[in-house]
Amino acid sequence: MIEARGLAKAYGMRPVLRGLDFRVERGEFVAVVGPNGAGKTTLLRILACLARPTIGEVRVAGKRLPGQATAVRRILGVVLHQPLLYGELTAHENLRFYGRIYGLADLEARIEQVLAMVGLSSRSNDLVRKYSRGMQQRLAIGRGILHDPELLLFDEPHTGLDPEAAEVLDGLLTTLSSEGRTMVMTSHDLARAAGSASRVDILYGGVIARSIRRTEIQTDELARLYRQVTHG
Amino acid sequence: MVERAGAAMQAGSPGAFGGYLRAVGAVIWKDLTSELRSRELLGGMLVFALLVILIFNFALELDVRARQSVTSGVLWVTFAFAGTLGLNRAMAVERERGCLDGLLLAPVDRSALFFGKALGNLLFMLIVAAIILPIYSLLYNVNLIRPDLAGVIVLGSIGYTTVGTLFSAMSVQARTRDILLPILLFPVVLPLLIAAVRTTSSLLLAIPLAEIRGWFNLLIVYDLLFVAVAIMTFDYVVEE
Repeated sequence: MIEARGLAKAYGMRPVLRGLDFRVERGEFVAVVGPNGAGKTTLLRILACLARPTIGEVRVAGKRLPGQATAVRRILGVVLHQPLLYGELTAHENLRFYGRIYGLADLEARIEQVLAMVGLSSRSNDLVRKYSRGMQQRLAIGRGILHDPELLLFDEPHTGLDPEAAEVLDGLLTTLSSEGRTMVMTSHDLARAAGSASRVDILYGGVIARSIRRTEIQTDELARLYRQVTHG
Repeated sequence: MVERAGAAMQAGSPGAFGGYLRAVGAVIWKDLTSELRSRELLGGMLVFALLVILIFNFALELDVRARQSVTSGVLWVTFAFAGTLGLNRAMAVERERGCLDGLLLAPVDRSALFFGKALGNLLFMLIVAAIILPIYSLLYNVNLIRPDLAGVIVLGSIGYTTVGTLFSAMSVQARTRDILLPILLFPVVLPLLIAAVRTTSSLLLAIPLAEIRGWFNLLIVYDLLFVAVAIMTFDYVVEE
């Protein structure tokens, strides 16, 4: 589903990714973990067609980026740690806006379905600026899945959430993954990442330093491996 | 899953012109709805524009003829400064909560997003002009409610908001965006402002149309040129 080869990205003279190879199969849920500044967000923004790699090749669903970015964006849902929602619009209006620019058919029914899925039907006519951080993040997921994307990218979705909201989010992630979607999530919280993903990739020094299947390793062993990679 | 996603978007194939127009319309609708609720952008532009013309009114205690000759300059300085306030605010809304990324993720040609933002900005600028012109006419005892003058204001505003929207998208990620926008914008819109001031001034002084055709043509060429530049460059301007 995703294939990146020799991916490098530099901001000015500062290299962030250094020849990274990254592969995700259809239906997989991959968590990319690493310390702050490791390049997790940069990797995700390249996959989301929001940034161009300095060098390297990226293919998503067989389509090459950035050349076929418009086609890739059709099958892509992205949830960043900012909610990408307009505070002066209601939840319903936000989804209607995104639905229109995505050109969705039968939009009103889809909006109701998505609002119910993220548990915000009763607050759909409230302005988003009045929402709590947890509610905004749930609506952000609703925005991300509105067009029923095959591939979902999450950038630090747990940031700023209280434990209760984080649990609700975990439940949503599990549901979405069980529907067979391909998912990539970045996180600096190893426990959260290990809890839901089927594979954990450790991003360090601008490359994927280790790639571990969750079925092959226990959480405490994963934590030890993570410390070993990131602290030498 | 792929089939489901495809089916959901069938009615609005992003390549189709209908989908393009729908995206432009959605961006305008979103900007208008947000502004009707917050009134931050129009309110700020209007108050600023009123203050500028009031200050000039008291600073330039001139006779009627002299007032007519400075009117075009005062008018366009007012529009340009108020317009910059509006452009900054319109793009700041996209920056809050990462909304610009939300727009850029949409599977539409990014020029549709540009046109949506630019047309929204143009609308706000014309609303300010429609309110300012009668007030200016009263204060300066000059009749500015004229169709030929309205045409010049529309042409000047199209060029100004086209370049302004492009540059505000460019500067929105910068920490110094508030001062960066006017620094980038004013040198580029200078030919447009000179043409707009000259055309307005000539119309007010009843100079024959044949004599101002050059300035008028410059307004049209400038608008066409920068619309084309914006379509070609917007994608690169907004992508990291």
